[in-house]
Amino acid sequence: MLASFDWDVIQRSLPYLFREGMTFTVTLTVLAMFFGIILGTLLAMMRLSSFKPLAVAAGGYVNLMRSVPLVLVIFWFYFLVPYIGAWILRQNEPIKVGAFLSSVVTFTLFEAAYYCEIMRAGIQSIPRGQVWAGYALGLNYWQTMGNVVLPQAFRNMMPVLLTQTIILFQDTSLVYVLSITDFLGAASKIAQRDGRLVEMYLFVAVVYFIISYFLSYLVKRLQLRIAVPGKL
Amino acid sequence: MKYNWNWGIFWQPAADGSGTWLHYLLVGVVWTLGTALAAWLIALAAGSVLGVMRTTPSKWAVRFGNAYVEFFRNVPLLVQMFLWFFVLPELLPTAIGDWIKQMPPPWSAYLPAVLCLGFYTAARVAEQVRAGIQSLPRGQMMAGTAVGFTLPQAYRYVILPQAYRIILPPLTSEFLNIIKNSSIALTIGLLELTARARAMSEFTFQVFEAFTAATVLYLLINIVVVFGMRWVERRLAVPGLIAVGGAPQAGH
Repeated sequence: MLASFDWDVIQRSLPYLFREGMTFTVTLTVLAMFFGIILGTLLAMMRLSSFKPLAVAAGGYVNLMRSVPLVLVIFWFYFLVPYIGAWILRQNEPIKVGAFLSSVVTFTLFEAAYYCEIMRAGIQSIPRGQVWAGYALGLNYWQTMGNVVLPQAFRNMMPVLLTQTIILFQDTSLVYVLSITDFLGAASKIAQRDGRLVEMYLFVAVVYFIISYFLSYLVKRLQLRIAVPGKL
Repeated sequence: MKYNWNWGIFWQPAADGSGTWLHYLLVGVVWTLGTALAAWLIALAAGSVLGVMRTTPSKWAVRFGNAYVEFFRNVPLLVQMFLWFFVLPELLPTAIGDWIKQMPPPWSAYLPAVLCLGFYTAARVAEQVRAGIQSLPRGQMMAGTAVGFTLPQAYRYVILPQAYRIILPPLTSEFLNIIKNSSIALTIGLLELTARARAMSEFTFQVFEAFTAATVLYLLINIVVVFGMRWVERRLAVPGLIAVGGAPQAGH
């Protein structure tokens, strides 16, 4: 039965799969990670703020994002971003937003909720005495956070942040629901054009597996390297 | 900004003629829960077996458990969904493959979705079960074997009752995950809650009403599950048995 499969289709479509598809997937992952970690850290600082309305707003946002499926969030923002754009640019008609920008916004806002929870744990892992020491030296809130707390929090949480990014890398495949040509989308287009679903989807699974497995292996090694013996 | 709000849309008849749009979405809730619950049974059963395997003295059992978890964790769920739906029927013997392909909808999408979500979540449950067992003091197993229990008995009467109590909170979030992840089944044509909200938005153009309704329904499901599980936790709590606080984890 395996004889009836045409594995050549993979080789023929390799340039398209990687140059178009994988480039999109990786770019989206890197941008969403970058902006997501920044926004997530800000949200974590808000959640831990002693100013209640700020903490409640950030908490509400994070819990909302974490309670709904990513697919639904993707649909939400696909339709919402043109209106937000019109609101920011003060225009009457919803503006046209490309699929790429729309997905970057979606994944940034969605993953920020997950990065927030990781960074919150990271900030809370720093003994309060360090914050007091910062204030005692005359540093203000931003200086204490930026120079004392956050560098340590990032260091402690680096493995978890990276693991979350591997999950983000896998999650970007869901842009498929918007018919975007990411790695899976590209493979799916070829699969349907040539009627080679089995070969293409197996190949996609293998590629995702190799990349994610390799990245998890790197994270594990990093975790061992930065672990302080006897601590945690 | 131009958008014509029309919240009355939920009381208007749905395009499929089954009732109002509200009813149409509520049927989606039933499918979401029906998929998630069936998959959860698989996840809990397979995940428990795999998790226990990874803590046994048998090297091969540990290796198999690890390989399973690595495979299911490192392939995106959507790709796994396609493997179950498009690829598996082709790789099975022709008779079984054809039988699967000729199942009437919605079962032709429901069965692969349940299997996919079940075996995917099993890997995550296995990870929790293993962590729960390994968080127990080694003396527990030793004491179990010292009083004459066989290995299965020690697991059944000493290790697992404690491990499951410890991992109840992470299991709750895995259950919430499986409900959310069931929305991925819309890619293979299962009309669950998200798919129905999408369909409603396409038929009526009341995009934001449809997605707001779906969001609210997901929130309600979450709240019910969280409170339900808190009640279960309180019912099962053993005074004096201290729960182990979890470290932060990546996940969805």
